[in-house]
Amino acid sequence: MRLSGLEPLAIGDDSLFVNVGERTNVTGSRAFAKLILSGDFAGAVEVARQQVASGAQIIDVNMDEAMLDSRAAMVRFLNLIATEPDIARVPVMIDSSKWDVIEAGLKCVQGKPIVNSISLKEGEEPFLRQARLVRRYGAAVIVMAFDEKGQADTFERKTAICRRSYDLLVDEVGFPPEDIVFDPNVFAIATGIDEHANYAVDFINATRWIREHLPHAKVSGGISNVSFSFRGNDAVREAIHTVFLFHAIRAGLTMGIVNAGQLGVYDELDPALRERVEDVVLNRRPDATERLVTFAETVKTQGRVVTEDLAWRAGTVEERLTHALVKGITTHIVEDTEEARRKYARPIQVIEGPLMAGMNVVGDLFGAGKMFLPQVVKSARVMKQAVGHLVPYIEEEKARSGDAGKPKGTIVMATVKGDVHDIGKNIVGVVLQCNNFDVIDLGVMAPAQKILDTAAERNADIIGLSGLITPSLEEMAHVAHEMQRRDMRQPLLIGGATTSRVHTAVKIAPNYGGVTVYVPDASRAVGVASNLLSDELRDAYVAEVAADYEKIRVQHAGKKGPVLVTLPAARANAFHADWSAYEPPAPRAPGRREFRNADLTEIARYVDWGPFFQAWELSGPFPAILDDPVVGEAARNLHAEGQAMLKRIVDGRWLTANGVVTLLPANAVGDDIEVYGDAARDAVALTWRLLRQQNQRPAGKPNFCLADFVAPKASGRADWLGAFAVTAGLGIERKLAEFEAAKDDYSAIMLKALADRLAEAFAEWLHAKVRRELWGYAADEALDHPALVREEYRGIRPAPGYPACPDHAVKAPLFALLRANEVGMTVTESFAMLPAAAVSGFYLSHPDAHYFAVGRIGDDQLADFAQRAGIPRDEAARRLAPNLG
Amino acid sequence: MQPDRTALLTRLLRARILVMDGAMGTMIQQRKLTESDFRGDFHDHAHDLAGDNDLLVLTRPDVVRAIHDEYLAAGADIVETNTFSATRIAQADYGMERQVYAINRAAARLARECCDAWTARTPDKPRFVAGAMGPTNRTASISPDVNDPGARNVTYDELVAAYGEAVEGLCDGGADLILVETIFDTLNAKAALFAIATHFDRVGQRLPLIVSGTITDASGRTLSGQTPEAFWNSVRHAKPLAVGLNCALGAALMRPYIEEIARVADTFVSCYPNAGLPNPMSETGYDETPAETSRLIADFAQSGFVNLVGGCCGTTPAHVRAIAEAVRTLPPRALPRPETAEAVA
Repeated sequence: MRLSGLEPLAIGDDSLFVNVGERTNVTGSRAFAKLILSGDFAGAVEVARQQVASGAQIIDVNMDEAMLDSRAAMVRFLNLIATEPDIARVPVMIDSSKWDVIEAGLKCVQGKPIVNSISLKEGEEPFLRQARLVRRYGAAVIVMAFDEKGQADTFERKTAICRRSYDLLVDEVGFPPEDIVFDPNVFAIATGIDEHANYAVDFINATRWIREHLPHAKVSGGISNVSFSFRGNDAVREAIHTVFLFHAIRAGLTMGIVNAGQLGVYDELDPALRERVEDVVLNRRPDATERLVTFAETVKTQGRVVTEDLAWRAGTVEERLTHALVKGITTHIVEDTEEARRKYARPIQVIEGPLMAGMNVVGDLFGAGKMFLPQVVKSARVMKQAVGHLVPYIEEEKARSGDAGKPKGTIVMATVKGDVHDIGKNIVGVVLQCNNFDVIDLGVMAPAQKILDTAAERNADIIGLSGLITPSLEEMAHVAHEMQRRDMRQPLLIGGATTSRVHTAVKIAPNYGGVTVYVPDASRAVGVASNLLSDELRDAYVAEVAADYEKIRVQHAGKKGPVLVTLPAARANAFHADWSAYEPPAPRAPGRREFRNADLTEIARYVDWGPFFQAWELSGPFPAILDDPVVGEAARNLHAEGQAMLKRIVDGRWLTANGVVTLLPANAVGDDIEVYGDAARDAVALTWRLLRQQNQRPAGKPNFCLADFVAPKASGRADWLGAFAVTAGLGIERKLAEFEAAKDDYSAIMLKALADRLAEAFAEWLHAKVRRELWGYAADEALDHPALVREEYRGIRPAPGYPACPDHAVKAPLFALLRANEVGMTVTESFAMLPAAAVSGFYLSHPDAHYFAVGRIGDDQLADFAQRAGIPRDEAARRLAPNLG
Repeated sequence: MQPDRTALLTRLLRARILVMDGAMGTMIQQRKLTESDFRGDFHDHAHDLAGDNDLLVLTRPDVVRAIHDEYLAAGADIVETNTFSATRIAQADYGMERQVYAINRAAARLARECCDAWTARTPDKPRFVAGAMGPTNRTASISPDVNDPGARNVTYDELVAAYGEAVEGLCDGGADLILVETIFDTLNAKAALFAIATHFDRVGQRLPLIVSGTITDASGRTLSGQTPEAFWNSVRHAKPLAVGLNCALGAALMRPYIEEIARVADTFVSCYPNAGLPNPMSETGYDETPAETSRLIADFAQSGFVNLVGGCCGTTPAHVRAIAEAVRTLPPRALPRPETAEAVA
């Protein structure tokens, strides 16, 4: 069965159970009925949105209500949700007992829906006519086990009617059997009437029979009916649904109309409750109903007896808020926050009281290593939504009294000018916000002036800077210098992947008279900020940091560093390939080639998950990390959620991946590689100035430079070089804005982390394509994914800014050479790539080419580089700062 | 009505890649016709008629016939009738609703005559008339009113009625196939398929169908928001002889989407892109040369994506000749085995 909304949904004979959202149904949801009856269609659309967001793969829409023009309501509602991509992405189940309402609905849906339902109730003629129309409208169909005599209640009647319906549909109408779904009627059990005791068993057995005897037919049911006699006792009802579904799915139930948000986990049900529920569902003993009813009373009064999943709802509002924060559950957060707001005198007290208490529990667990970053960010999402609910009340109170509680402190943070990387910074921001710091996030590419002006205007207590690429280190030092010039006094926090305690102590802190502190990861941010803002702790802490950094500076100054040889000596010890015996391979497809809208499904196969966990501060090799005794569970959850979102990214085309590659003639000239725009090798299109290792090498080991792997011009060999740039981040802003609007940092950070992974995967995919096809020097290469991750192939793709070629600045001519702007990619003034999820670099094909670190270079090489590049020595020193010690 | 030639077409499509014709609209535009050309005998019609290309089958059949002949000479196996806008919904722009049946029938007859003349010359290469049904200029799934997302400017029933008239004219005029094309809103297409099935029911005979969607931008979706696979799922019930994509992006940008269709469809796959993206500065409005377009289409064929290829806006007989040459020796996409009973039901 191939259904569709805006996106496809294939349900095969072996598919997993499909959740059909039940709440957009006026007969099943009083809240939804109220919205529809009062004409609040906007509210009704929100119900649909929540259903899809909470995991419904299809949504059931039913407008059968006596007080309603059902047909008009069906049309109106379907037309409205058709224009909401978040909802319309899933298929619709058009649910009515009236054919004219179904038919009106079928005329509104562009995807392939399911009709719910038709039956033999009125005889064969209308059944066949309706079935033919369903087919002509392009829908699948649910057939109820109902005939001229009434609704089937026994196994024999259910199976007989389904068999008869199936034969009519397949033989008379030519209805594809895969598009037929039977509903063998879920009836209430535990009603006290003996005839009802076997209803669940009959349904389950009929399900099994249908799947075995009616090829390709599927089975559905309205699950909530089964527990109808326990209405009012949600805990028991949910336990019944859980047990019933468990057995029905094992028997072959394809889909069920359920409240996806309120299903328990079979294994986690309280064993005593589960046993009694199972007795009733499976009709295992004559007194089963009586025993469950008695037990249900205790569940109702004690609450806690039921499963952990549900028990927490019975706690006090404070307990519920803490639970929701620790577990990251947003389902009830608004109603619980509202309850707390009514309970407390002032809205701010809800934040200062139960919400902060809950976040403290989170903080303690995080500090103790019992919670991990992904979970903390989920907690933050809950907190944000709770605070979001309270803000209007706080504002209102503020307007009245001019006062509202005070946060612990105000922190201005930003990714510095020229840099676009903000995953880590956003995580730090979230963690600080969770801890009641007021965070003003200036986003990415923030110039020093903007950061410092904002800090002054908003009277910030702390300034935090982040950056990933090495030029950002220089910019951070500049910001520190500016703070000194402006005579500021706030503590300055430094973070980001290329920053370090040594760098902060040696290169940044000396620029600024105030305190500068390096923050290695998000888990330390709160501690550092709290210390700095605590009247009692501040002085001792600042003194401690100052002493520590002074010690580092002394050590650093005293450190001799590696022994360097002179540049001529290093060049004399270059790596020498035997060019006389080596014919460099010419590309099969020289020149430039664009890749637009690259196939994300294909690219996703190349994802290396290892760095994904690092982004979330979970360390360990992949896949071993999934079984790690400490972080394994967090890693598994994160991995599952990452994969789920990756699927959404791919299926929903959230991101566009574009790339460009060019393969051009090239030769080495000294430590430069010249890339030529013409076959005659006269027109130099780009000169890549490279650096040579200058440390004293062990005997027999060369001082490598990437230029060594390209045939020198003097050799007379015609060599080639590749250049590439890829991104998987086009269009990311739209989804990020949606997550931001929903106060969902967790998903926003997840999306960015995955976009980074996809960009890397795209680079891996493209490199393989270049080796095997475009350049084609490894046409027969057949490496599996782990071998690709281990880089067991011939040739390398060094990226500017990485250890073998640390100068970022070549990205500007590289992008110009590639005309990367034509595929939507640019570089900033600090040579960060936009979109941020991007990879660029060069391809070298020589069999001996490998990655190495240039490391420390001497003043002679610095001067030589400046001269070659035609730039002032100061500028060269800035660009190569990390290599200068 | 022509006999059902599904079996013959299936045999041909298994043997080689069939070639469709190229653009009609941009070819007509190049002839710089005047109001009087369009108007013909409709002297007293109150509305200007210049630009109503479909009307030319009644008023300047020689122009349309010449274009068909050029495409047939270039090697097309299938020519499309000049009926892209021949529904009462689209013709309302010109006040020509009452001529819809006549236009469709005349267009099919004209193409029929051209095809039959060429087939008579080389009987081993039968030519086919595809009765074209465009998307109309209204959409059933998208609101025209920013303030009311539930509003629609056309209903399913109106579309069914309009397409019903068109398909009747195409069948009566002698079409071999019905082509529902340039689908930017799948609900419009479903209404067309409903009308076609209803007409076939009424006359007691069916013709093979081709269903061709349009991916309108780089998000990889139809204008109404569907992904290619979702689109296929929505029209699969009509059991088309072929499904595919046309128009919009041009071949270069269409590649991942035609690949997706080829991956999921358990029927033949068609593809007839524009000559690249629109360029108002170019004479035909499009940039790609015959060599470029045919190279891209040959790549689709080499990749095993297609059974039926041709051109859409901006393509010319030279494009079609280059395409036909480029795919002449390339094998057609193998028809995947039906994944379930549906395809054989």
